[in-house]
Amino acid sequence: MHSKQDKPHLLWFQGVTCNGNTHSFLNLTNLEHLLNKFEILHHPALASLKSFDTITQCQENCDIFIFEGTYDPLLKRNDIEVSKIVQHYAKSAKYIIGLGSCASFGGMFKASAPQRNSGLIFNEDVKEGPLEKYSNKVINISGCPIHPEWLEYVLLMIASHKEILVDELHRPRELYSNLAHHGCTRNEYFEWKVDADNFGEKEGCLYYTQGCRAPMTHASCNKILWNEVSSKTRVGTPCFGCTEPDFPRKNLFSTKTNMSIPVDVPLGVSKRSYLTLAGIAKTFHIKRLEGKLIDYKTTN
Amino acid sequence: MARITKEERKNGIISAALKLFSEKGFYITTIPDIAEKVGMSVGNFYNYFTSKDVLAKELVMYISEYLGKSIREINEKEISTDKKIYEIVSMYFDMANEKPEMIEYFLRVYLSNREVFGDGCEGMLCVSPFVTEMMLFFNDGVECGELHDQDFFSAFGLFMGYLGGMVFLFGEKILPEPLEWYKESISQNIYNALKTR
Repeated sequence: MHSKQDKPHLLWFQGVTCNGNTHSFLNLTNLEHLLNKFEILHHPALASLKSFDTITQCQENCDIFIFEGTYDPLLKRNDIEVSKIVQHYAKSAKYIIGLGSCASFGGMFKASAPQRNSGLIFNEDVKEGPLEKYSNKVINISGCPIHPEWLEYVLLMIASHKEILVDELHRPRELYSNLAHHGCTRNEYFEWKVDADNFGEKEGCLYYTQGCRAPMTHASCNKILWNEVSSKTRVGTPCFGCTEPDFPRKNLFSTKTNMSIPVDVPLGVSKRSYLTLAGIAKTFHIKRLEGKLIDYKTTN
Repeated sequence: MARITKEERKNGIISAALKLFSEKGFYITTIPDIAEKVGMSVGNFYNYFTSKDVLAKELVMYISEYLGKSIREINEKEISTDKKIYEIVSMYFDMANEKPEMIEYFLRVYLSNREVFGDGCEGMLCVSPFVTEMMLFFNDGVECGELHDQDFFSAFGLFMGYLGGMVFLFGEKILPEPLEWYKESISQNIYNALKTR
């Protein structure tokens, strides 16, 4: 068991944010168990060792520096420039966590000042953020918001002194190597190219007309379920691709097409291959997939 | 003399069948007619195709693959969309001139005898290579900003219906000029109808 002295010191600091990741994290089932492994130097919503005043005065050091929100070089917190605070804690931290798509790539709040706002090491997918020189210790957990278990995974790996393998965007490969499409309960509709007629229905695939980005989005949403039971696609809302650097895109509820042909096809699949397969699959009409599943009788 | 391979013999049957089906019609042409034209016994014919319907479907796939391959070559060229349209029109009309049986078969047999192709050749099953390349052509045209975005089948029907109609008129000997003469104006008409507004 860790003594108080051994526990890594964790600081959670916010840039331009909606607090979405803070709120999401509070839904973690094992929150208390996880927090017991760390000393919380400061957290915006949890009991902390140090006051916000002390933190912004840059009088402390931390082992794990979690930054939530978009980085705005002109932003001040407690009348002190965030740029100064971020540089101070990034220097001493062993791990820097860019929490959420805003801290990872700029995200939603990059839109308020697109010329200057960015993520910690990435501006969308270009590596030109303010902490670029600390890249080797940055782990991005993208998502809008993050799933609490994604952060739990990263913190437990750190607490257990295990190596976290990351992809080219510094996201943990364990969480981001698969697509949001994997585990989607609508996969059979995707296979046979059956569209969903309306939002919120259990039947139909949301990729063809309703803007679903799951086949192009690295995320574990249909593998590590939200609130342990659900995901966007499971309740009939398209995946918005919120874990990718180009989030937020425009017209999230409609699929961009060129002459009825999807502009983006599933990751790693050529458009020619996709269209060939899709055309053939559409030829067949699977009666079971055309109506409400609950109404389908197998004994007709 | 080199021995004829099974593949070459199969292609010979395809070529003879295309000619007979498009000239005499699908129902009037018999397997003995085809076997006689390629110089083989009826029994041997069945080593290549198990029935006339199976042969009919293979012929559609053969034409579709031929068209698909030709359009793919055009799609992969670094040229503007209006030039691609001209090349597709040109390829199609050249095919109608040089291999009229292929287009004739497509128009007069495939599109006119749906009962033969209903099972196993429905929808995109036999024409996928050709339609897929046309999809990519339209997709690329919109992506580079040269064609306006619209429903695929509206554009496909305009393009291929026009070409099919012209070849039909040509086959009926109604056109006063050779097909070659119409390439430029028809390409221009198609481009004008599809271009960005």
